[in-house]
Amino acid sequence: MSTIAEKLRAYSKPGYYDEFDYHWTMTIDLDRCTGCEACVVACQAENNLPIVGEERFAQKREIKWIRIERYWEGEYPNIKMGFIPMLCQQCDDAPCETACPVYATYHNQDGLNTQIYNRCIGTRTCAVYCPYEVRYFNWFTYTWDEPLEQQLNPDVTVREKGVMEKCTFCIQRIRIAKDNAKDDDRRRVRDGEVVPACVQSCPTEALVFGDSNDPDAKVSKLMQDERGYKVLEELGTTPSIVYLTKVHS
Amino acid sequence: MSQEENKSLFDHGQPTYAEVNEDILSVMLETGPKYWMLLGTMASIAGIFFFMPWFYQLIVGVGAAGMNRNAVWGSYLSNFIFWIGLSHSGTLLSAVLHITNSPWRKAIYRSAEAMTLFSLMTAALFVMVHLGRVWYVHWSFPIPNQMGLWPNFRSPLMFDVMAITTYLTASSIFIYMGSVPDFAAVRDASTGLRRRLYTIFSFGWRGTAREWHTLGWAYTFFAVLVIPLAVSVHSIVSWDFALSAVPGFHHTIFAPYFVCGAIYSGTAGIVTVMYCLRKFLGFERYIGQVHLDSLGKLLITLSLIWSYINVLELFSTWYGGTSFELEALSFRLTGFYAPAYWEMILFCAFVPMLMLTKKIRWSWNKMLVISILINIGMLTERFVIVATSQPRKFLPGAFGYYVPSWIEISITIGSFAIFATLFLIFIKWVPAISLYEVKETLKPLRRDA
Repeated sequence: MSTIAEKLRAYSKPGYYDEFDYHWTMTIDLDRCTGCEACVVACQAENNLPIVGEERFAQKREIKWIRIERYWEGEYPNIKMGFIPMLCQQCDDAPCETACPVYATYHNQDGLNTQIYNRCIGTRTCAVYCPYEVRYFNWFTYTWDEPLEQQLNPDVTVREKGVMEKCTFCIQRIRIAKDNAKDDDRRRVRDGEVVPACVQSCPTEALVFGDSNDPDAKVSKLMQDERGYKVLEELGTTPSIVYLTKVHS
Repeated sequence: MSQEENKSLFDHGQPTYAEVNEDILSVMLETGPKYWMLLGTMASIAGIFFFMPWFYQLIVGVGAAGMNRNAVWGSYLSNFIFWIGLSHSGTLLSAVLHITNSPWRKAIYRSAEAMTLFSLMTAALFVMVHLGRVWYVHWSFPIPNQMGLWPNFRSPLMFDVMAITTYLTASSIFIYMGSVPDFAAVRDASTGLRRRLYTIFSFGWRGTAREWHTLGWAYTFFAVLVIPLAVSVHSIVSWDFALSAVPGFHHTIFAPYFVCGAIYSGTAGIVTVMYCLRKFLGFERYIGQVHLDSLGKLLITLSLIWSYINVLELFSTWYGGTSFELEALSFRLTGFYAPAYWEMILFCAFVPMLMLTKKIRWSWNKMLVISILINIGMLTERFVIVATSQPRKFLPGAFGYYVPSWIEISITIGSFAIFATLFLIFIKWVPAISLYEVKETLKPLRRDA
């Protein structure tokens, strides 16, 4: 029997887990990022993101689970441009998770902040609470013109109007890798076995994905880099993604 | 209560018991074509301006409104807060004044409580309009289901669901309980089906000493219960905002700020409704200068508290000195919606100060204008909070803007018609002024009186 104090302590842990089974993490090297937006396109293809059209894009209703933010430093002509790929930070203390009245978003055993489309009723509170603004709402039910509907990924749900969605770290690929690992009589997924679409498509390998619970993983080593920082860490959201800052010579 | 005080409650001399019954019940029992026309107009406006755009929005999706990626909350939510705020006048004020034994409460509390009820219903409608998939709204209630899923009790929206349903239930019981002796009076004054109906409504009230005693303590019990409930409701609504880290929302002052603002706009709402009751139902005899004067003084006090909290909010933001908060503040004071902000300051902080002069406080027409201005200001206040903070949170790369679409404007107009429709139905079903409590304020009957 646990005491009430112990229960409370367990309750205050992110996702109520003592330890995540896997802790999927990404590092993004801003020095390598060229802002080519290949990751954006890859994500669009992999995750059945709708093409909202010009008008709705102008209304700022586009859906891009990963986007490239541009920042300018200095005054013309001495100007420098930097890119930050912004996607769901899979925060361990995610503000969006506490906000949802129906538990449509929760923390899973892999340290992922997951969104259950079927449960979402569209209060959009999670998007308000998210400091990174990486949650996207389906303002309409989108359709794909022929023959684009042929390229929809069968492993990913197509969302209807009134549902919130966001980056899942390509959870369908994680599931497949875990299934394969199980079938091969292996106990753990090997490093590099799961590659989300954005990481796969990055020509400069600025994005690295892996399990930070595995100390030998490439991502765990990169996280130790002295250039590493987390975006808006001061808000206490404990984001999973580590950015490696750009070094100006 | 002294004789002077007693006299001053009635501008045109004290009515007799029979006159009270006649005056107030005639509004219920005699219905002219004007009433039906007004009811028809209001119901049509509600249908055309509220329900038809909503239906359209249900078909195409919430994208019909003007919200976008940066501002996922829009005018639906600010209207929701406004209506919840308006609901705070009635039951809360009625309960507080009942406990403090203020005689001027007795003529106005029934309508004020009805206001509470109907604005809560309108507010609940706005939640429905706001939701992306309103057809699943029942998932926010703890209904057992095959998935074993419960609502998330850590969510401030869940607190909202709980608080508002509790408040709605308690307010309904409160207004019904206070009306039981009046239902009996309606029963006694009517025949046929209405008589049978009101026999059921009045629970067979006979007016024995024991019944009056039971009603008395039950009513006081509920009054005491309702006060913390009402305060908690708007505190919880404020936590929808304050529990987020969004600059401009993340203030500890938000709970008292919202409660104060709610009572403020609610009291102004009472003045507006009282004006209409006097004008259209002929209650001049019962709602008089004393009521107007007291409400005016209350409004001045609330306005001062409201202004104080506003200054405090500005000060603590400036003193805190976080860059995000300062950015949000400067956008609110000087950005795109700055005119709306300064309009709110003008209407809610400066205009009410006109009431300091007795000349304005005692004039029904001027008070009507002021009360409407205050509520316009309060409507803007909620809009400013929602529309200036949330499209500009932390990452400048994701800064945006928000402008309401015609559907949102239409639904906002329609919501007032819904409120009016409900109120018009109410005055035909429940005596709009409490018969027995007005009689309590009359001087004892004397043969020579």
